[in-house]
Order: sequence, then structure tokens, then C-alpha cells
Amino acid sequence: MKKELHLPVMIGLVAAATLFGRVLPTWTLSLATIAASNALIALGIVVLARTGNVSFGQGLFFAAGGYGVALIANAWGLTDAVAQVVIGAACGGLLGLVIGPLIARYSGIFFGMLTLALSMVFYGALVKSTALGGSDGFNVGRPSLFGMSFTDPREADFMLYAVSVIVTGFAGIAATILFKSEFGLASLAVRENNLRVEYLGISANRVISINFVIAAVFAGASGAFALMAQRHIDPQFAYWTTSGEFVFIAVLAGNQSVAAVFVASMALELVRSFSNLYLPNTWQLVLGVFLLGVILFLPGGIGSLWIGKRRKRSTLATKEPLAEKGAAP
Amino acid sequence: MTPVLSVRGLEKRFGAVVAADALTLDIPAGQKISLIGANGAGKTTFVNMVTGYLRPDGGSILLDGADIGRQSPRSVARLGISRSFQIPQLFVDLTAAENLTVAVSGVSARMSLRQGAEAHGRGEKAVGLLGRFGLADVADRPVSELAGGVRKLIDIAMALVRRPKLLLLDEPTSGVSAEEKFTTMDRVIHAVAPDAATIVFVEHDMEIVSRYADRVVAFYQGRILADGVPSHVLKDQEVRRYVTGGVR
Repeated sequence: MKKELHLPVMIGLVAAATLFGRVLPTWTLSLATIAASNALIALGIVVLARTGNVSFGQGLFFAAGGYGVALIANAWGLTDAVAQVVIGAACGGLLGLVIGPLIARYSGIFFGMLTLALSMVFYGALVKSTALGGSDGFNVGRPSLFGMSFTDPREADFMLYAVSVIVTGFAGIAATILFKSEFGLASLAVRENNLRVEYLGISANRVISINFVIAAVFAGASGAFALMAQRHIDPQFAYWTTSGEFVFIAVLAGNQSVAAVFVASMALELVRSFSNLYLPNTWQLVLGVFLLGVILFLPGGIGSLWIGKRRKRSTLATKEPLAEKGAAP
Repeated sequence: MTPVLSVRGLEKRFGAVVAADALTLDIPAGQKISLIGANGAGKTTFVNMVTGYLRPDGGSILLDGADIGRQSPRSVARLGISRSFQIPQLFVDLTAAENLTVAVSGVSARMSLRQGAEAHGRGEKAVGLLGRFGLADVADRPVSELAGGVRKLIDIAMALVRRPKLLLLDEPTSGVSAEEKFTTMDRVIHAVAPDAATIVFVEHDMEIVSRYADRVVAFYQGRILADGVPSHVLKDQEVRRYVTGGVR
């Protein structure tokens, strides 16, 4: 029953991935930054999906994080990358705290459609808001780190890559701890049978709300990264196609493994970049075929490649002695 | 002595169907009470109302003198009434121990972010409870792989986690073979004894009823047809006519 967490190994992997950026070509740095940022928001969707609910409107929190950071950066001249991530996460989380408890009573398609509707209401408000630049949005300055400014583009890209990998990596470690915790088990229990969860004296709505806020925090931080990478923000952050892309990554990854979210995000970015490079007129087709292939051959997501095998091994290991004792059917 | 549960004039209708017709019943502490009745007699409706799943149309449900008739299943569970189900309601993708861990974690106000096995000994408590039901061997098996009888016991074990004042078991031996029904019931009674002093179980098998119940309440069309010790109730002419169908 007890599964080891190997915390030092996970921290070591995050450190190694950060240092690996030093040898990566410049063009892959920005690609990896976007992949890490997308993985962060997709991880939130996976966290929420473990309660049986999928949000089709994470763009709402993505945009809330991005706009929150952009407004504060322009008003107060705050450019520190870490502070911006914290502010983005706080903006997403605060909005999640307001919406989560209200939406937790819904489930299935109603839950998904409500999140989508809320994100589109926010999109509509942003487009109409002249103070926020309307449909064109507005620009922000180059991020710094602990008072250091980066004028060399390569160094600036590496800084952003390092911050995004470290933040996303630690979010991944936090999600791993969460998945294996009592609370993580309760989340899975809510997905399977929320009435039984209530009969055990646990509030299913509270479990969903907490997971919703966690997903919103991750989305807000991801919005901050997207803002820093583009140095521009517009209502497209909240548009439904943006949210859909994050759901794609979550579907590709499956909900069994945190590592799968990072693999799926990177794989999607690579497929998109290479197909865009070599097949500029039909890259969407290549992307579609890739997604179809994963859904067809790995319906449990990329994570099922290793999680499924591990479960099979552990089941085989426990079946043998049980059959001898006659306890098994 | 104040009864653990006191039901007064309880009413419930589903359209034209009367599922509870001014039910009045006292359940003192320490008894093992069996609810019997044909399908549709109102037994499960009674259990559903007592546990907060259904809201009564009228009447009151008092737990230790406090009205719980408008409480949710979660509140009722926290107040001290637990139940198992006719069809076990488990988390089938989780292992048996994980199912129990979820139940154990629900007892405290806060769920731990540590692994179930490590959090305040809750994992050990979960496995210990499985052990009481003779199920320690299946602790690490996914519930989806377990037989119906084993699932039934896990379902009851989960209901027992809160050490309820009143434990309601909905057909604890349904789906269990004739050869195993007494063994299963012995296991249940033995395992439940330390934690739940008062047990109400819905049952169709009169052999189980006469062997394990201190008192029998027979339901018919939402009313209580007979209430008393098994030897009297099971011989009652109306009970034989409408409930047991002549079973001795």
C-alpha cells in the first residue's frame, strides 16, 4: 500500500532540467518555457479532473493571472519574475476562491459548460474594456530577477526558462504529494461516488472546491509566465480555444501521472513547432492526426504507458498468495 | 431510558405510492433490530429518511432527542448514524485499504496531505478494520477485482469507521451464497460489536432474522405491521400472509 515519494530524486530532476537549459539551443529555450507554462495549467486541469470534473474555461484564470500581473507591473513598475508568478498565482487563486464553491455543486457537462461560459463572459468584458486595451491588449516590460536585468536575449530566455521549470517542477512535486495523500484519495473517491463520500461525513463540494482553487492557482501562475514570455497580453488569453488547448494537453497526459503532463506538453509543442516549420499550410492536420493517434492507442493518456504497467505488476504480485489462501474470488 | 433513535409520525409519498404512513418507532441502545417486509414495503425508504438521503413529508426523526429530519447525509453521518448499502457503494478503482483510508480520513475535521499509510496511523487503522472482517489479505487489491461478498464486508467496514451510535445495514447478506450467509453474518456481528452498540438491518432471509435479531419490525405498504421479538413476529398471521409468505 505504501508508495515511496523519492522527494530528493524529484528535486534533483528539477535541478537537472534547469541546468540542462544551459546547453539547449536558444530556440528550444522559449519552446520549453511555453511547454512548462502550459504544463502548469494542464496540471491544474488534471488535479481537478481527479474529482471527475473537467474545466473548459481555465483561460479565465490564465487571463486573470496575466492581466493581474500586467496591470501591477505597469502601475508599480514591478518586473521581478518570481514576484510576477506569485502575483499571477494569487490573482488566479482569489478568483478560484470566489467561483469554486459556487460551481462545485455542479458536475459533468454542466460543470464544464459553466466554466466555459464564465471564461467567455470574462473574454467579452476584456474585449469591451478600453482601459485594458480592448481587443488589442497592451504591452509590459522585460522581466528581471532579484534586481538583475537581462539585456542579452539568450540570458533573458534562460532566466525565464529556469524560473518556469523550477516553478512548474515544484508544482509537479506538490501535485505528486497531493495525489498520494489522503486528500488525493478523497478526490478520487468523489469522482467515483460522491454520495458515498457524503455518507462518510466528507463534503464532496469542499473537496472539489479545494481542487478547483489549486487548478486556478496553477492557471494564474501559468498566465504570468505566458505574459513574461510574450511581454504582451490581450483577451485571447481568456478565449475558449486557449482553454481548449490546455484541455488537449490534459487529455494527452491522462490523469494518472504528473510526469505525463510535462511529457504531453513538450510533445505537443514539438509536434506543433516542427509541423509548422515543415508543413506550414497543413500543420493543424498533423497536430490533429497526432492527437487522434494518442487518443486511439493510448486512451488512458501518455501516463498509462508507465502507470498501467506498474499497476499490472503490483496486481499480479498480490494475486498469487491470495489465490492460495482462498480469499480471492 | 431515551431511545437512540425515535421516529414520530414519519410520512413519505412518491406520487400515489405511500412509502411511509405515519411511522412511529423507538430504537433503544444495544438492540439488534431487523426490518422485514416485501419489496416496496418501505424499509429502504425508512433507512434513506433516517440517514438524510430522503426528506420526510411529515413527522420527526430524533437522534438522542435532537431532530435530524432535515439534515444532509453528511451531517447525519457526523451525528452518529452510519449505513451500508444493498449494492455496496465502494470506490472501485481504489484498493480495499484505500477505500477504508478515505472513510477513516473523513472522521477527522482535516484531511492530511500525507500519504494515507503515514497520516496519524490512519492507514494502519484502515488495515486493522479490514483485519477485523478477515480481509487483511485483500488490503492491496483493487475493489473492482473483489467478489461481491467481500465488497459487502468492505462496505460495512466503511460504515463502521465512525463508531456510530446507530448502524443501519441494508441487506447485509444479499448476494452472498446460502452456504456463506451465516459465516458472513457472524463476521459482521463479531466485527461490528466493539464499535456499534445498536444495529438495524434490513433483511429478507428469515433464518438470518430469527438467528441474529433481538427484535423484528415488519413493514407493509409503508406501515408497521408487527413489532416484537422474532419468535412472535414471525408467527404473526398478517406477517406470514404479507411478508414471509408462510416461511417458518
